[in-house]
Amino acid sequence: MTDLSLSPKTPARPSALAALKARLAAPPAAPKRVQFDRPLMPWLLLAPQLAIVAVFFYWPSAQAITSSFYLEDPFGLGSSFVGMANYTDALSSAEYRKIAAFTVFFAAVVAALSLAIGMVLAVKADKVIRGRSAYRTALIAVYAIAPPVAGLIGMMLFDQHIGPLVRFAALFGWDMKVGLDYWDTAIAMIVVAVWLHIPYNFIFILSGLQAIPAAVREAAVIDCASPLRRFLTVVLPLLTPTVFFLTIINLTYALFDTFALIDVMVKDKPANNPMTLVYKVYLDGFRGNDFGGSSAQSVILMVVVLVLTLFQFRYIERRVHYG
Amino acid sequence: MASIDIENVSKIYPGSTARSVADIALNIKDGEFIVLVGPSGCGKSTLLRMVAGLEDISEGEIRIGTRRVNEVEPAHRDIAMVFQNYALYPHMSVRDNMAYGLKNRAVPRPEIEARVAEAARMLELGPYLDRKPRALSGGQRQRVAMGRAIVRQPAAFLFDEPLSNLDAKLRVSMRTEIRRLQKRLGTTSIYVTHDQLEAMTLADRLVVLNAGRIEQIGTPLEIYHRPASTFVASFIGAPAMNLLDAEIAGNRLRIGDEVLDTPVSGAAGKVTLGIRAEDLMPADRGLSFTPDDIEDLGAQRLVHGFVAGQPLTLVISPATRVEDCRRLAPKPGALHVFDTLSGARLDLHTEHDSRPVLPVGQGL
Repeated sequence: MTDLSLSPKTPARPSALAALKARLAAPPAAPKRVQFDRPLMPWLLLAPQLAIVAVFFYWPSAQAITSSFYLEDPFGLGSSFVGMANYTDALSSAEYRKIAAFTVFFAAVVAALSLAIGMVLAVKADKVIRGRSAYRTALIAVYAIAPPVAGLIGMMLFDQHIGPLVRFAALFGWDMKVGLDYWDTAIAMIVVAVWLHIPYNFIFILSGLQAIPAAVREAAVIDCASPLRRFLTVVLPLLTPTVFFLTIINLTYALFDTFALIDVMVKDKPANNPMTLVYKVYLDGFRGNDFGGSSAQSVILMVVVLVLTLFQFRYIERRVHYG
Repeated sequence: MASIDIENVSKIYPGSTARSVADIALNIKDGEFIVLVGPSGCGKSTLLRMVAGLEDISEGEIRIGTRRVNEVEPAHRDIAMVFQNYALYPHMSVRDNMAYGLKNRAVPRPEIEARVAEAARMLELGPYLDRKPRALSGGQRQRVAMGRAIVRQPAAFLFDEPLSNLDAKLRVSMRTEIRRLQKRLGTTSIYVTHDQLEAMTLADRLVVLNAGRIEQIGTPLEIYHRPASTFVASFIGAPAMNLLDAEIAGNRLRIGDEVLDTPVSGAAGKVTLGIRAEDLMPADRGLSFTPDDIEDLGAQRLVHGFVAGQPLTLVISPATRVEDCRRLAPKPGALHVFDTLSGARLDLHTEHDSRPVLPVGQGL
């Protein structure tokens, strides 16, 4: 039962990530065929991986799907089949829709901002010659901070009494009430989530930039006088594989990995706080003890992630230049 | 079209006191094809990149036409560059690769199309205009890189070892093509290579560089026939010129126990004697030669052996028997004498090289 809240997380990450990594790592080549003498051997070699996938993905997913059709007793004493009721309840609830809308907004803003800021920093750091490793370390270091710790640091930065960012906002006459005001909390959440994920984008874009041959950039310097235009017409198109990869990772991050962050920021606050669908799955399942409803929500998330991944591979990847 | 003047240019990389390029002075005439040649690390590419604007000029001044370009952005220097690894934009078609520099300069669209079409015709790239570079062979990519330079109609072409990534056969045909195009367009060109054969065949004037300094400037034949130093002598010409430790004693050159008949003037003492492999002929009397190894190249044979214990290479016709090469005599006027310590040429030979020096570009 404990893996209920985790079930939407597992389908998104391993499938999308594994497929992506394989695509990014290997240039399209004919698969190498290996002949085994005994037909059992390949299965034996695959067994550990298959076992992991079965235990941590298929089994919890099956559990989630099954229990999404049941109304479960909060004390685990029994359950009764309710058909699609859990789904209709969730989808018709105004609260659920509001949270869904916020999740979309949150994911889009966090993904876009952390990508954009990471890119600006990477492009600037790429140009630094003197002391480049110091700059890079400083920019990457943030990535080592665990999300709950980041949440705590964020809480401190946005603290009502001592938070420097709240005081800074007050300079402009903005009375920030993180934990009380819905949008103030949302903004604080976005700031911390973006801050935490910039280094990830930075690392990938920097290595993407360094994979662009120096001569190609030099040719562009001779062909085009404007640095911005050069970036948009030569560097950015050559970065698209990296940007595509990061877009998916960023969305996954904003949707699922911000869980700990949100937990720290809204857990002990009064109601009416912004949260994402994943956090609501947890809240309903473990705080509300509504396992059936929570399972239905996680199945909905699974479907969303599936559609999103398919869409990205089918439509966005076509416009990506590999090599 | 413009002249290029390089006035006492030096390159000192940050954090280093040594000059990677030291005090280079070179005046290139409008329409001239200059080849910078030297071993790796001699500063030839650095010098070219300073002209292009890809490297800062530490000292001195570079002028393209009459304009000082030290502080001018590469894109505003009115030059086009062809890189060793082609440096094509992988995400653009051949057409867009060629048009890119013109679009950025706000050249009108019909004009761009006309120029690209003309370049494609010249380089036989017509069928490939809509392909991406990765769908082209090495030779075709190099043509596109040439095309990208040509459509710009710049004041100067800069070539940075453009043929080193091609196979030997393609290199020869592209070399001819580059030479032909350059003559036809009449665009001032600087071409960097470490291949002395490319240098000899392409250049109007050759600049031989060593350790950041100019060793010699001259037409290929001037340099071939009158190398200014042992470095130039050993670098230009294949097989490399034989360099032997010798001594002037009593108006004669001695190599170990061997004495050459040719009288020489000059102070007695140790010198380095240079003789090209093709300037030695079998003779009845002369240097005694011990053949060691034979390389048959079809049209000629290279015989490696020893004279007075020093290695020496000889070129003979396939008809000549190696057994006849026991004694060798240099052709008249074919001796080069260099200072042993500085390597500089000593003009003390009495029968000075009297062969006529062919005018520029004669071979083509």
